Amino acid sequence: MNLPLLADLAQQFGLLSFLAIGGVNALIPEIHRRVVENAHWLTDTDFAQAFAIAQAAPGPNLLIVSLIGWKVDGFLGALVCTVAICAPSSALTFAVAHVWDRFRDAPLRKAIQYGLAPVTVGLVLASGFILARTVDQSAVAVGLTVATVVLALATRLHPLWMLAAGAAVGVLIAV
Amino acid sequence: MADDKSVPGDLLAPASDAPPPSRRELFLRFLIVGMQGFGGVLPFARRMLVEQRRWVSEREFIEVLSLSQFLPGPNIVNVSIIVGSRFRGASGAVAAVLGLMLMPFLIVLALAALYAQFAAIEAVRGATNGVSAAATGLVIATAIKMAQPLKGVAWQIAMGILTFVAIGLLRVPLLWALAVLAPLSIAIAWRIRQ
Repeated sequence: MNLPLLADLAQQFGLLSFLAIGGVNALIPEIHRRVVENAHWLTDTDFAQAFAIAQAAPGPNLLIVSLIGWKVDGFLGALVCTVAICAPSSALTFAVAHVWDRFRDAPLRKAIQYGLAPVTVGLVLASGFILARTVDQSAVAVGLTVATVVLALATRLHPLWMLAAGAAVGVLIAV
Repeated sequence: MADDKSVPGDLLAPASDAPPPSRRELFLRFLIVGMQGFGGVLPFARRMLVEQRRWVSEREFIEVLSLSQFLPGPNIVNVSIIVGSRFRGASGAVAAVLGLMLMPFLIVLALAALYAQFAAIEAVRGATNGVSAAATGLVIATAIKMAQPLKGVAWQIAMGILTFVAIGLLRVPLLWALAVLAPLSIAIAWRIRQ
Protein backbone atom coordinates (compact mmCIF):
# COMPACT_ATOMS: atom_id res chain seq x y z
CA MET A 1 0.00 0.00 0.00
CA ASN A 2 1.34 3.36 -1.06
CA LEU A 3 -0.21 5.93 1.26
CA PRO A 4 1.18 9.14 -0.28
CA LEU A 5 0.06 7.95 -3.73
CA LEU A 6 -3.41 7.06 -2.48
CA ALA A 7 -3.69 10.43 -0.76
CA ASP A 8 -2.67 12.13 -4.00
CA LEU A 9 -5.31 10.19 -5.95
CA ALA A 10 -7.96 10.99 -3.34
CA GLN A 11 -7.10 14.68 -3.36
CA GLN A 12 -7.01 15.00 -7.18
CA PHE A 13 -10.26 13.14 -7.87
CA GLY A 14 -11.92 14.64 -4.80
CA LEU A 15 -11.37 18.10 -6.29
CA LEU A 16 -12.56 16.94 -9.72
CA SER A 17 -15.77 15.67 -8.12
CA PHE A 18 -16.75 19.28 -7.37
CA LEU A 19 -15.88 20.35 -10.92
CA ALA A 20 -17.90 17.61 -12.63
CA ILE A 21 -20.72 19.78 -13.93
CA GLY A 22 -22.31 17.71 -16.66
CA GLY A 23 -20.99 14.48 -15.17
CA VAL A 24 -17.73 12.62 -15.55
CA ASN A 25 -17.81 12.76 -19.35
CA ALA A 26 -17.18 16.49 -19.08
CA LEU A 27 -14.08 15.77 -16.99
CA ILE A 28 -12.26 13.64 -19.59
CA PRO A 29 -9.94 16.42 -20.83
CA GLU A 30 -8.96 17.38 -17.27
CA ILE A 31 -8.46 13.76 -16.21
CA HIS A 32 -6.31 13.18 -19.31
CA ARG A 33 -4.32 16.34 -18.57
CA ARG A 34 -3.66 15.24 -15.00
CA VAL A 35 -3.03 11.52 -15.26
CA VAL A 36 -1.42 11.30 -18.73
CA GLU A 37 0.19 14.66 -19.43
CA ASN A 38 1.21 15.74 -15.92
CA ALA A 39 1.59 12.71 -13.65
CA HIS A 40 2.42 10.16 -16.41
CA TRP A 41 0.49 7.55 -14.45
CA LEU A 42 -1.01 6.28 -17.71
CA THR A 43 0.06 6.36 -21.35
CA ASP A 44 -2.31 7.48 -24.08
CA THR A 45 -2.87 3.80 -24.89
CA ASP A 46 -3.68 2.97 -21.26
CA PHE A 47 -6.12 5.86 -21.18
CA ALA A 48 -7.88 4.76 -24.37
CA GLN A 49 -8.12 1.20 -23.03
CA ALA A 50 -9.52 2.35 -19.68
CA PHE A 51 -12.10 4.44 -21.54
CA ALA A 52 -13.11 1.48 -23.73
CA ILE A 53 -13.39 -0.99 -20.83
CA ALA A 54 -15.38 1.51 -18.74
CA GLN A 55 -17.77 2.03 -21.64
CA ALA A 56 -18.14 -1.71 -22.20
CA ALA A 57 -19.09 -2.33 -18.55
CA PRO A 58 -22.58 -1.68 -17.20
CA GLY A 59 -23.03 1.22 -14.82
CA PRO A 60 -22.31 4.94 -14.60
CA ASN A 61 -19.64 6.41 -16.86
CA LEU A 62 -17.50 7.36 -13.87
CA LEU A 63 -15.95 3.88 -14.04
CA ILE A 64 -13.02 5.21 -16.09
CA VAL A 65 -11.92 6.80 -12.82
CA SER A 66 -12.03 3.40 -11.08
CA LEU A 67 -9.84 1.95 -13.84
CA ILE A 68 -7.32 4.76 -13.59
CA GLY A 69 -7.08 4.04 -9.85
CA TRP A 70 -6.66 0.34 -10.63
CA LYS A 71 -3.87 1.07 -13.07
CA VAL A 72 -2.06 3.38 -10.64
CA ASP A 73 -2.35 1.37 -7.41
CA GLY A 74 -4.42 -1.79 -7.84
CA PHE A 75 -7.65 -2.54 -6.01
CA LEU A 76 -7.12 0.07 -3.28
CA GLY A 77 -6.34 2.70 -5.90
CA ALA A 78 -9.58 1.85 -7.69
CA LEU A 79 -11.54 2.05 -4.45
CA VAL A 80 -9.98 5.35 -3.38
CA CYS A 81 -10.53 6.97 -6.80
CA THR A 82 -14.14 5.79 -7.03
CA VAL A 83 -15.01 7.06 -3.55
CA ALA A 84 -13.13 10.32 -4.20
CA ILE A 85 -15.01 11.07 -7.43
CA CYS A 86 -18.40 10.28 -5.80
CA ALA A 87 -18.26 11.44 -2.20
CA PRO A 88 -17.73 15.23 -2.39
CA SER A 89 -20.40 15.84 -5.04
CA SER A 90 -22.74 13.42 -3.24
CA ALA A 91 -22.33 15.28 0.05
CA LEU A 92 -23.08 18.51 -1.77
CA THR A 93 -26.17 16.98 -3.40
CA PHE A 94 -27.33 15.67 -0.03
CA ALA A 95 -26.99 19.12 1.51
CA VAL A 96 -28.59 21.00 -1.39
CA ALA A 97 -31.54 18.59 -1.71
CA HIS A 98 -32.59 19.72 1.77
CA VAL A 99 -32.71 23.41 0.92
CA TRP A 100 -33.61 23.10 -2.76
CA ASP A 101 -37.30 23.96 -2.39
CA ARG A 102 -36.51 27.39 -1.06
CA PHE A 103 -34.51 28.23 -4.19
CA ARG A 104 -36.93 26.68 -6.64
CA ASP A 105 -38.01 29.87 -8.34
CA ALA A 106 -35.09 32.04 -7.36
CA PRO A 107 -33.88 34.00 -10.41
CA LEU A 108 -30.29 33.22 -9.48
CA ARG A 109 -31.02 29.49 -9.76
CA LYS A 110 -32.35 30.00 -13.27
CA ALA A 111 -29.38 32.18 -14.22
CA ILE A 112 -27.01 29.48 -12.95
CA GLN A 113 -28.85 26.85 -14.98
CA TYR A 114 -28.86 28.91 -18.20
CA GLY A 115 -25.32 30.05 -17.64
CA LEU A 116 -23.85 26.62 -17.02
CA ALA A 117 -25.64 24.94 -19.94
CA PRO A 118 -23.32 26.22 -22.71
CA VAL A 119 -20.22 25.69 -20.54
CA THR A 120 -21.25 22.06 -20.07
CA VAL A 121 -21.76 21.61 -23.81
CA GLY A 122 -18.29 23.05 -24.44
CA LEU A 123 -16.81 20.66 -21.87
CA VAL A 124 -18.42 17.55 -23.33
CA LEU A 125 -17.42 18.60 -26.85
CA ALA A 126 -13.84 19.09 -25.63
CA SER A 127 -14.06 15.56 -24.16
CA GLY A 128 -15.06 14.19 -27.55
CA PHE A 129 -12.17 16.06 -29.16
CA ILE A 130 -9.55 14.87 -26.66
CA LEU A 131 -10.86 11.31 -26.89
CA ALA A 132 -10.80 11.37 -30.69
CA ARG A 133 -7.22 12.62 -30.61
CA THR A 134 -6.25 9.87 -28.18
CA VAL A 135 -8.28 7.01 -29.63
CA ASP A 136 -8.53 7.54 -33.38
CA GLN A 137 -5.08 6.44 -34.48
CA SER A 138 -6.13 4.88 -37.80
CA ALA A 139 -8.46 5.62 -40.69
CA VAL A 140 -10.73 2.75 -39.61
CA ALA A 141 -10.99 4.18 -36.09
CA VAL A 142 -11.83 7.64 -37.45
CA GLY A 143 -14.48 6.04 -39.67
CA LEU A 144 -15.95 4.20 -36.68
CA THR A 145 -16.16 7.38 -34.64
CA VAL A 146 -17.80 9.33 -37.47
CA ALA A 147 -20.23 6.48 -38.23
CA THR A 148 -21.23 6.31 -34.54
CA VAL A 149 -21.85 10.06 -34.39
CA VAL A 150 -24.12 9.81 -37.44
CA LEU A 151 -25.96 6.73 -36.15
CA ALA A 152 -26.44 8.19 -32.68
CA LEU A 153 -27.89 11.41 -34.09
CA ALA A 154 -29.98 9.93 -36.89
CA THR A 155 -31.38 6.75 -35.28
CA ARG A 156 -32.78 5.60 -31.94
CA LEU A 157 -30.47 2.60 -31.89
CA HIS A 158 -29.35 1.58 -28.40
CA PRO A 159 -25.75 2.70 -27.75
CA LEU A 160 -24.76 -0.83 -26.82
CA TRP A 161 -25.28 -1.95 -30.43
CA MET A 162 -22.90 0.71 -31.64
CA LEU A 163 -20.26 -0.38 -29.13
CA ALA A 164 -20.80 -3.99 -30.25
CA ALA A 165 -20.46 -2.96 -33.89
CA GLY A 166 -17.25 -1.13 -32.98
CA ALA A 167 -15.88 -4.27 -31.32
CA ALA A 168 -16.85 -6.41 -34.35
CA VAL A 169 -15.17 -4.04 -36.81
CA GLY A 170 -12.15 -3.91 -34.51
CA VAL A 171 -11.82 -7.70 -34.54
CA LEU A 172 -12.32 -8.05 -38.30
CA ILE A 173 -10.09 -5.19 -39.38
CA ALA A 174 -7.21 -4.43 -37.04
CA VAL A 175 -8.02 -0.89 -35.93
CA MET B 1 -49.50 8.51 -12.99
CA ALA B 2 -53.18 7.99 -12.25
CA ASP B 3 -53.29 9.92 -9.02
CA ASP B 4 -50.40 12.29 -8.75
CA LYS B 5 -51.12 14.02 -5.50
CA SER B 6 -47.57 14.94 -4.72
CA VAL B 7 -46.64 18.59 -4.70
CA PRO B 8 -44.16 19.22 -7.50
CA GLY B 9 -40.73 19.85 -6.16
CA ASP B 10 -41.28 18.47 -2.70
CA LEU B 11 -38.14 16.44 -3.19
CA LEU B 12 -37.73 15.08 0.29
CA ALA B 13 -41.35 14.32 1.08
CA PRO B 14 -42.17 10.65 0.50
CA ALA B 15 -44.90 10.02 -2.09
CA SER B 16 -48.25 9.69 -0.38
CA ASP B 17 -49.31 6.28 -1.64
CA ALA B 18 -46.07 4.31 -1.65
CA PRO B 19 -44.78 2.69 1.55
CA PRO B 20 -41.27 4.02 2.24
CA PRO B 21 -38.64 1.48 1.19
CA SER B 22 -36.18 0.12 3.74
CA ARG B 23 -32.44 0.70 3.43
CA ARG B 24 -32.08 -2.89 2.34
CA GLU B 25 -34.65 -2.40 -0.41
CA LEU B 26 -32.99 0.82 -1.58
CA PHE B 27 -29.68 -1.03 -1.75
CA LEU B 28 -31.10 -4.00 -3.64
CA ARG B 29 -33.19 -2.02 -6.15
CA PHE B 30 -30.28 0.25 -7.02
CA LEU B 31 -28.03 -2.80 -7.21
CA ILE B 32 -30.23 -4.16 -10.00
CA VAL B 33 -30.35 -0.79 -11.74
CA GLY B 34 -26.55 -0.58 -11.66
CA MET B 35 -26.17 -3.94 -13.37
CA GLN B 36 -28.68 -3.11 -16.10
CA GLY B 37 -27.32 0.18 -17.21
CA PHE B 38 -25.36 -0.46 -20.36
CA GLY B 39 -24.63 2.81 -22.13
CA GLY B 40 -26.46 4.95 -19.60
CA VAL B 41 -28.08 4.02 -16.31
CA LEU B 42 -30.68 6.78 -16.18
CA PRO B 43 -33.42 5.13 -18.29
CA PHE B 44 -33.24 2.06 -16.07
CA ALA B 45 -33.32 4.15 -12.90
CA ARG B 46 -36.38 6.00 -14.21
CA ARG B 47 -38.17 2.76 -14.98
CA MET B 48 -37.46 1.31 -11.54
CA LEU B 49 -38.31 4.48 -9.60
CA VAL B 50 -41.33 5.70 -11.55
CA GLU B 51 -42.89 2.68 -13.25
CA GLN B 52 -41.99 -0.37 -11.19
CA ARG B 53 -41.57 0.77 -7.56
CA ARG B 54 -43.51 4.05 -7.84
CA TRP B 55 -41.21 5.61 -5.28
CA VAL B 56 -41.43 8.91 -7.16
CA SER B 57 -43.91 10.27 -9.70
CA GLU B 58 -42.93 11.11 -13.27
CA ARG B 59 -42.95 14.77 -12.38
CA GLU B 60 -40.84 14.32 -9.27
CA PHE B 61 -38.36 12.30 -11.26
CA ILE B 62 -37.89 15.22 -13.65
CA GLU B 63 -37.38 17.51 -10.64
CA VAL B 64 -34.86 15.13 -9.09
CA LEU B 65 -33.07 14.79 -12.42
CA SER B 66 -32.87 18.51 -13.05
CA LEU B 67 -31.40 19.05 -9.59
CA SER B 68 -28.94 16.22 -10.27
CA GLN B 69 -27.84 17.79 -13.53
CA PHE B 70 -27.53 21.19 -11.92
CA LEU B 71 -25.11 19.92 -9.28
CA PRO B 72 -21.62 18.54 -9.96
CA GLY B 73 -21.09 14.79 -10.03
CA PRO B 74 -22.48 11.91 -12.04
CA ASN B 75 -26.23 12.48 -12.53
CA ILE B 76 -27.22 8.95 -11.66
CA VAL B 77 -25.20 9.04 -8.43
CA ASN B 78 -26.94 12.28 -7.46
CA VAL B 79 -30.34 10.76 -8.25
CA SER B 80 -29.60 7.81 -5.95
CA ILE B 81 -28.45 10.19 -3.20
CA ILE B 82 -31.63 12.29 -3.41
CA VAL B 83 -33.98 9.30 -3.55
CA GLY B 84 -32.15 7.45 -0.76
CA SER B 85 -32.09 10.48 1.54
CA ARG B 86 -35.72 11.23 0.82
CA PHE B 87 -36.83 7.93 2.35
CA ARG B 88 -34.13 7.08 4.89
CA GLY B 89 -31.95 10.13 5.40
CA ALA B 90 -28.16 9.94 5.19
CA SER B 91 -28.01 6.17 5.69
CA GLY B 92 -30.61 5.70 2.94
CA ALA B 93 -28.48 7.79 0.59
CA VAL B 94 -25.43 5.67 1.40
CA ALA B 95 -27.42 2.43 0.90
CA ALA B 96 -28.69 3.61 -2.51
CA VAL B 97 -25.34 4.79 -3.82
CA LEU B 98 -23.52 1.67 -2.57
CA GLY B 99 -26.12 -0.48 -4.29
CA LEU B 100 -25.76 1.49 -7.50
CA MET B 101 -21.96 1.36 -7.60
CA LEU B 102 -21.08 -2.06 -6.16
CA MET B 103 -21.62 -4.35 -9.16
CA PRO B 104 -20.41 -1.97 -11.91
CA PHE B 105 -17.25 -1.37 -9.85
CA LEU B 106 -16.54 -5.10 -9.46
CA ILE B 107 -17.47 -5.89 -13.07
CA VAL B 108 -15.25 -3.18 -14.54
CA LEU B 109 -12.28 -4.37 -12.45
CA ALA B 110 -12.94 -7.95 -13.57
CA LEU B 111 -13.02 -6.77 -17.19
CA ALA B 112 -9.76 -4.89 -16.70
CA ALA B 113 -8.14 -7.99 -15.19
CA LEU B 114 -9.41 -10.11 -18.07
CA TYR B 115 -8.15 -7.57 -20.56
CA ALA B 116 -4.70 -7.56 -18.98
CA GLN B 117 -4.68 -11.35 -19.32
CA PHE B 118 -5.60 -11.39 -23.01
CA ALA B 119 -4.26 -8.06 -24.27
CA ALA B 120 -1.59 -9.89 -26.25
CA ILE B 121 -4.24 -11.36 -28.55
CA GLU B 122 -4.69 -9.14 -31.55
CA ALA B 123 -8.46 -9.63 -31.75
CA VAL B 124 -8.86 -8.45 -28.14
CA ARG B 125 -6.84 -5.32 -28.81
CA GLY B 126 -8.78 -4.72 -32.01
CA ALA B 127 -12.11 -5.08 -30.23
CA THR B 128 -11.02 -2.67 -27.49
CA ASN B 129 -9.84 -0.10 -30.02
CA GLY B 130 -13.10 -0.48 -31.93
CA VAL B 131 -15.15 0.02 -28.76
CA SER B 132 -13.22 3.14 -27.77
CA ALA B 133 -13.58 4.62 -31.29
CA ALA B 134 -17.35 4.02 -31.22
CA ALA B 135 -17.65 5.27 -27.62
CA THR B 136 -15.83 8.45 -28.65
CA GLY B 137 -18.50 8.92 -31.31
CA LEU B 138 -21.15 8.56 -28.60
CA VAL B 139 -19.56 11.33 -26.53
CA ILE B 140 -19.42 13.65 -29.55
CA ALA B 141 -23.05 12.84 -30.40
CA THR B 142 -24.04 13.61 -26.79
CA ALA B 143 -22.37 17.01 -27.03
CA ILE B 144 -24.19 17.76 -30.30
CA LYS B 145 -27.54 16.74 -28.78
CA MET B 146 -26.87 18.85 -25.68
CA ALA B 147 -26.11 21.81 -27.92
CA GLN B 148 -29.55 21.78 -29.57
CA PRO B 149 -31.29 23.97 -26.94
CA LEU B 150 -28.55 26.61 -27.43
CA LYS B 151 -29.49 27.11 -31.08
CA GLY B 152 -29.97 30.74 -31.99
CA VAL B 153 -28.80 32.10 -28.63
CA ALA B 154 -25.63 33.92 -29.66
CA TRP B 155 -24.07 34.41 -26.21
CA GLN B 156 -24.64 30.77 -25.27
CA ILE B 157 -23.03 29.57 -28.49
CA ALA B 158 -20.11 31.89 -27.85
CA MET B 159 -19.68 30.58 -24.28
CA GLY B 160 -19.83 27.00 -25.54
CA ILE B 161 -17.13 27.68 -28.14
CA LEU B 162 -15.01 29.58 -25.63
CA THR B 163 -15.18 26.64 -23.20
CA PHE B 164 -14.30 24.17 -25.96
CA VAL B 165 -11.29 26.24 -27.06
CA ALA B 166 -10.05 26.75 -23.48
CA ILE B 167 -10.32 23.11 -22.42
CA GLY B 168 -9.99 21.18 -25.69
CA LEU B 169 -7.43 23.24 -27.61
CA LEU B 170 -5.56 25.42 -25.11
CA ARG B 171 -5.68 22.73 -22.38
CA VAL B 172 -6.30 25.28 -19.63
CA PRO B 173 -6.66 23.56 -16.22
CA LEU B 174 -10.37 22.97 -15.59
CA LEU B 175 -10.39 24.72 -12.22
CA TRP B 176 -9.12 28.01 -13.70
CA ALA B 177 -11.27 27.75 -16.81
CA LEU B 178 -14.41 27.18 -14.73
CA ALA B 179 -13.43 29.88 -12.22
CA VAL B 180 -13.58 32.39 -15.09
CA LEU B 181 -16.13 30.93 -17.52
CA ALA B 182 -18.84 29.78 -15.09
CA PRO B 183 -19.33 33.12 -13.27
CA LEU B 184 -19.05 35.00 -16.57
CA SER B 185 -21.69 32.86 -18.23
CA ILE B 186 -23.98 33.01 -15.19
CA ALA B 187 -23.59 36.81 -15.06
CA ILE B 188 -24.59 37.11 -18.73
CA ALA B 189 -27.58 34.83 -18.15
CA TRP B 190 -28.55 36.92 -15.13
CA ARG B 191 -28.36 40.24 -17.01
CA ILE B 192 -30.27 38.93 -20.00
CA ARG B 193 -33.08 37.50 -17.89
CA GLN B 194 -33.54 40.68 -15.87
